Amino acid sequence: MSPLATNVALPLAAAERWWVGAIEAFVVIMILLLTFAFMTLIERKLLGRFQLRFGPNRAGPFGVLQPFADLIKLVRKAPFRPDRVIHPVLYLGAPALSATMAFLAFSVIPWGGGWELYGFQIDGQVVNLPISLIVIFAIGSISSYGVLLGGWVSESKYALIGAMRAGAQLVSYEVALALSVLGVVLMSRSLSLTGIVAAQQRTIWYIVPQIVGFACFAVAGVAEVGRAPFDLPEAEQELVAGYHTEYSGMRWGLFQIAEYVHMITISALMVTLFFGGWLFPVLHRFGPIWFVLKLAIVLFCFIWARATLPRLRYDQLMNLGWKVLLPVATVNAVATAFFVVLV
Amino acid sequence: MIGKTVIGTARGFGVTLKQIFRGTVTEQYPEYKRPVYPRFRGRHRLNRHANGLEKCVGCSLCAAACPVDCIRVVAAENTPENRVSAGERYARIYEINLSRCILCGYCELACPFDAITLGNDYEFSEYSRRDLIYSKDMLLAEPIKRTPVADPELYDTPTPYYRTGS
Repeated sequence: MSPLATNVALPLAAAERWWVGAIEAFVVIMILLLTFAFMTLIERKLLGRFQLRFGPNRAGPFGVLQPFADLIKLVRKAPFRPDRVIHPVLYLGAPALSATMAFLAFSVIPWGGGWELYGFQIDGQVVNLPISLIVIFAIGSISSYGVLLGGWVSESKYALIGAMRAGAQLVSYEVALALSVLGVVLMSRSLSLTGIVAAQQRTIWYIVPQIVGFACFAVAGVAEVGRAPFDLPEAEQELVAGYHTEYSGMRWGLFQIAEYVHMITISALMVTLFFGGWLFPVLHRFGPIWFVLKLAIVLFCFIWARATLPRLRYDQLMNLGWKVLLPVATVNAVATAFFVVLV
Repeated sequence: MIGKTVIGTARGFGVTLKQIFRGTVTEQYPEYKRPVYPRFRGRHRLNRHANGLEKCVGCSLCAAACPVDCIRVVAAENTPENRVSAGERYARIYEINLSRCILCGYCELACPFDAITLGNDYEFSEYSRRDLIYSKDMLLAEPIKRTPVADPELYDTPTPYYRTGS
């Protein structure tokens, strides 16, 4: 048996040693941080191209050193803290909470089928939980506390308004988001992401039967991570910077990390639920590469949407969430339930 | 109505995607300098006659014409031992404060001897305002060729007479 034999069919096979999981977690966090760093660059470059300009191209060849230049700038920036913050510890804790929760949510995302390397079992995700889908939504909800906390504790009207908007938006769209994946859960009869991928291997990528659920998930997902056209919590034309108005330097950077990692997590979740995760009709052993490719396409669409759509008005946002997405997702879930039971 | 919205949105996405393949319109400035127009008004220079004498006679008409009052001229008499200009007097001090100058070219129009003309240079940023006060030596010196000038033939503008003759 070759040392890198793929093990797609047995996601819950032999238990992983704990230190293998720890190494995996470390590697995943590092990769996520790098992805975040280069996402900022790629986003700026792509937005530039969308607007017929170059984007950052001065730091290093094609601007590849720009993220590191940004990092050095952020770290060296004076850590500013308003005098009137409600609680200094909460003020510092809010960005940390946001970033931690963002990383935590990614831990259940499977990016490969698992391997056996020199007799050790290596899973395709950091933790393999039977309820990983629920864990993602739970952690996503906690991370919105970081945003709310940061906006409230800053004692600034812009930050507070931004935080209230973020709170209202996350609550509204979380419902539609959870309902839109219900169809997938019903079809695969599993809440485990590896189980859902395995079910897609048996049948078909769920984008085909769950196209309505996918549409709802895409719209609600963009709203959930608070990106354009749903970036009302940080609408810079009206709210300076929204909930992180009073943050600077690396504290602001942590909020930024949280936002981008959250975006990567939602994209990875979309790939897992609707595009078969690490699966591809050919070359199964390159699972992670297929996963990364699909993820890249979804992330490109995020940037594409930002370059295309203007920001919604607040009432439009709420109407879309409660009057369009929620009913559509509910009907989709009910219809799927009927099919699953009857067919 | 919903169909219209969806189609409209999709078309919008198509429009933005097309832009990626159109290339960029950015000019990479310090590496590439777009040639200025032949009659572009840049930094001033003071001119000399062919025999080396300064054209400026210190009449201060340029200073009078200047709308932002950025020119300072202090005249002195020419003597046989110290003949600086072709006229009776010369500019002992001739300073232009380029932090105030608006490059309107009125000084050039006011000058009866074409002693002051506007060149093509626009790159005179400095770290200190003091450095932006150009003295007579700096204005008389032949400027370093830094600004590309477009071919006058390309434009339907006559070359100014002070560029053709002396």
